[in-house]
Amino acid sequence: MKTLTHLERLEAESIHIIREVVAEAERPVMLYSVGKDSAVMLHLARKAFYPSPPPFPLLHVDTTWKFKAMYELRNKMAELSGMDLLVYHNPEAMARGINPFDHGALHTDMWKTEGLKQALDKYGFDAAFGGARRDEEKSRAKERIFSFRTSSHGWDPKNQRPELWNIYNARKARGESIRVFPISNWTELDVWQYIQLNDIPIVPLYFAEERPTVERDGMLLMVDDDRFPLRPGEEPVMRSIRFRTLGCYPLTGAVESGASTLSEVIQETLLTTTSERQGRAIDKDAGGAGMEVKKQQGYF
Amino acid sequence: MADVTPTDRNEPVYVVDELIAKDIDAYLERHEYKTMLRFITCGSVDDGKSTLIGRLLYDSKMIFEDQLDALQADSRKVGTQGQEIDFALLVDGLAAEREQGITIDVAYRFFNTEKRKFIVADCPGHEQYTRNMVTGASTADLAVILIDARKGVLVQTRRHSYLCHLIGIRNIVLAVNKMDLVDYSQEVFDKIVADYTAFASSIGIESFTAMPISGFKGDNITTLSNNTPWYKGPRYAGIPLIEHLETVEVLSSVDADKPLRMPVQWVNRPNLDFRGFSGLIATGSVKPGDKIRVLPSGKTSTVSRIVTFDGDLDEAVAGQSVTVCFEDEIDCSRGSVISVADNPPQTADQFESTIVWMADEVLVPGRAYWLKLGTQMVSATVHAPKYTVNVNTMEHMAAKTLDLNAIGVAEIATDKQIVFEPYADNRSLGGFILIDKMTNATVAAGMLHFSLRRSQNVHWQALDIGRKQHADLKNQKAAVLWFTGLSGSGKSTIANLVEKKLYRMNRHTFLLDGDNVRHGLNKDLGFTEADRIENIRRVGEVSKLMADAGLIVVTAFISPFQADREMVRSMLPEGEFLEVFIDTPLKVAEARDVKGLYKKARAGELKNFTGIDSPYEAPRNPEIRIDTTKLSPEEAANLIVETLLGDA
Repeated sequence: MKTLTHLERLEAESIHIIREVVAEAERPVMLYSVGKDSAVMLHLARKAFYPSPPPFPLLHVDTTWKFKAMYELRNKMAELSGMDLLVYHNPEAMARGINPFDHGALHTDMWKTEGLKQALDKYGFDAAFGGARRDEEKSRAKERIFSFRTSSHGWDPKNQRPELWNIYNARKARGESIRVFPISNWTELDVWQYIQLNDIPIVPLYFAEERPTVERDGMLLMVDDDRFPLRPGEEPVMRSIRFRTLGCYPLTGAVESGASTLSEVIQETLLTTTSERQGRAIDKDAGGAGMEVKKQQGYF
Repeated sequence: MADVTPTDRNEPVYVVDELIAKDIDAYLERHEYKTMLRFITCGSVDDGKSTLIGRLLYDSKMIFEDQLDALQADSRKVGTQGQEIDFALLVDGLAAEREQGITIDVAYRFFNTEKRKFIVADCPGHEQYTRNMVTGASTADLAVILIDARKGVLVQTRRHSYLCHLIGIRNIVLAVNKMDLVDYSQEVFDKIVADYTAFASSIGIESFTAMPISGFKGDNITTLSNNTPWYKGPRYAGIPLIEHLETVEVLSSVDADKPLRMPVQWVNRPNLDFRGFSGLIATGSVKPGDKIRVLPSGKTSTVSRIVTFDGDLDEAVAGQSVTVCFEDEIDCSRGSVISVADNPPQTADQFESTIVWMADEVLVPGRAYWLKLGTQMVSATVHAPKYTVNVNTMEHMAAKTLDLNAIGVAEIATDKQIVFEPYADNRSLGGFILIDKMTNATVAAGMLHFSLRRSQNVHWQALDIGRKQHADLKNQKAAVLWFTGLSGSGKSTIANLVEKKLYRMNRHTFLLDGDNVRHGLNKDLGFTEADRIENIRRVGEVSKLMADAGLIVVTAFISPFQADREMVRSMLPEGEFLEVFIDTPLKVAEARDVKGLYKKARAGELKNFTGIDSPYEAPRNPEIRIDTTKLSPEEAANLIVETLLGDA
């Protein structure tokens, strides 16, 4: 009898999770951040319901500061999958002109954390898929696949529902919601290999190319548009760079690289000794427990 | 720095950097075909569990340099290993746990070797975390039970072993840890294994694999240690821990050899030409052409296709998520189980079960909880437990209820039949959770052992639910009261009264009128003669379906043409169509003109208006004729109800 490979088991588990949510939630939505994990999650959703399109919309909680290439892929994938794409901008952040150059941590808090809560409330979504993985970060390693949130979107790590076998409890009171992480058990290598085996479109920024960059505060930033305020003495320099993780371009550090194919990217990922999220400023806030605190406040 | 160099290796166990650097595609191909083993590590804080997992991650290079830097900083701050690296810090995630120095939840960790990918559920060992351990064990292929070599088999060892056995883990590794602290003594190891063997057989564990290790020093983890030269076959397993984990058989391969069971999660119906049933195959395998049976309906069909995004499959096996199509249109929906035709699972509504209570609020015997088993969700009540099990001594104790972390055997009754198999045969059809109906919390996990009804093996006769059964269930005879008459004759007024009266008499009714039909079903239709005919035809078809469902249907449409009314009459069985003629002369209706429509029609603003420029064909032999110039609406309604029920 055939023994399934690890990727086949992971794929089947993720599809099972996605279908359970659709069967039991009233208004599910998939949070789509356009990164590689989102790409895999979207692909799994398409597999779960084929030949139907996934019976829920995609939601992009946008900050207006993503890379241009991300917006392009986002629109293309929504069309390809036959799903509705909802784009949400926190109106207050918009009105106050919140941006990563002038507002630091407030930028993430208002656009992403607050924006997400507002968007979920606005549309009345009661279940939101997210592409987080347990291998990313210490507090994620203990989060359930179905992560229950109060009506104010809070997470209580000490009061999580036990999750047995592959039986998920999606019941909740009105106003409460669940965040669901279908690729919880995938590792970074699994994600890359699945992208390669399934030929899943990803943002070209993951591949090395000559791009205009400046070096600032120990990070290599890409000058993606003319909103990037150059400091005195800064001059964009063309470097062969790529990104290991994608977010707002002014907050996302690039690495110098020559990896221009998927194989080379995976090779570089495996040989590198710096973990994935290091390029992101967010984990360093509030000391070692940064992400745990953020999650309790409602960050995904 | 600790002594982190593993002892001598004969062959590389982990990812070879050289291959990644030299030929990434060859490496990826090898990685692609790796299988996956999920295991749980059980042990108390002092057994060195987190240290062992930290080492497994470290040795397989799952720790990155920046994490290692942070770890070294952390180790100096809160570590318990002096200046050495405290591997446990890699694993203990939540801030609260790090401060308390204990693991309070299940954490999942990942690592690879050359042969397999591993998911480790790191579970707390204290008695107050029994529920967490059961949770971690529920998805595990294998359990590593850690024992401190200095302490031997303790109460906690018995508890962990019992729980792993209870949840059905067949592969148990007894890892006698901290061998470095007992001078790698064979005698100490033998004594512990002998003690454990006696205990294990007393609770029904048939076999286990014992290993002398040191998580801290790395002995017998990835390679055989020079410190334990006596550890070799045939008396001992004689292999390092990793090699055992790489070669043990995973659960999904065992499940593939069992009969087909696939709980249906979702019916996939993108259009009228496709109807597929989506689910994860729990056990067995399926091929196009296979005869299947759908439970609980008991109907059989043949598999026509196994549909996936990547193309149709020739075969699908346990562990795969697929969409299956049948050759026949048979009843199948979420909660159904697709089974091999000649060996179906049982259905029942009373069971004996073992329940692990997971909530602070105690079990209330007799209260209704939601029971979720596979994709079935039913209401269930639990009887007072027959006994609870002392997880430390395995003694049975009398109990009236179950409190947090209690494990008890109790009868359970569901409000309808569910498809099940004993947990020992099939985890997917025997394992369930209980959900509190008020708080929605998952309050318990349970395992069904057997059903309590003798009829359990009598297979459910496929029952055809026809129009008679539908009507019988409602204690009534289906009928269509077809009102006809001019605009403004009083059809809707009287029809509404009739429905209210029937409702008060517990009859199941439905009123169809212009308002609820013209805005939806027939909103594409106008008032030309062709459209009016089609309007009535559709209303007739809907009435027929509702009558088939056992309802008393009341319709209120002008329906001016005799031929159309006869068409509807012919759709229904003799006696079920009652034509109700609301006989109001044109001049009376026109004088009432409630909606001002006659005025507009007379002015030429409305075309094809019945009675003005379109004919009304009065019924020649209606079942009921109401003369509204003589009867009040109330009297008319009474007459109609009497005629209907007197007839029934």
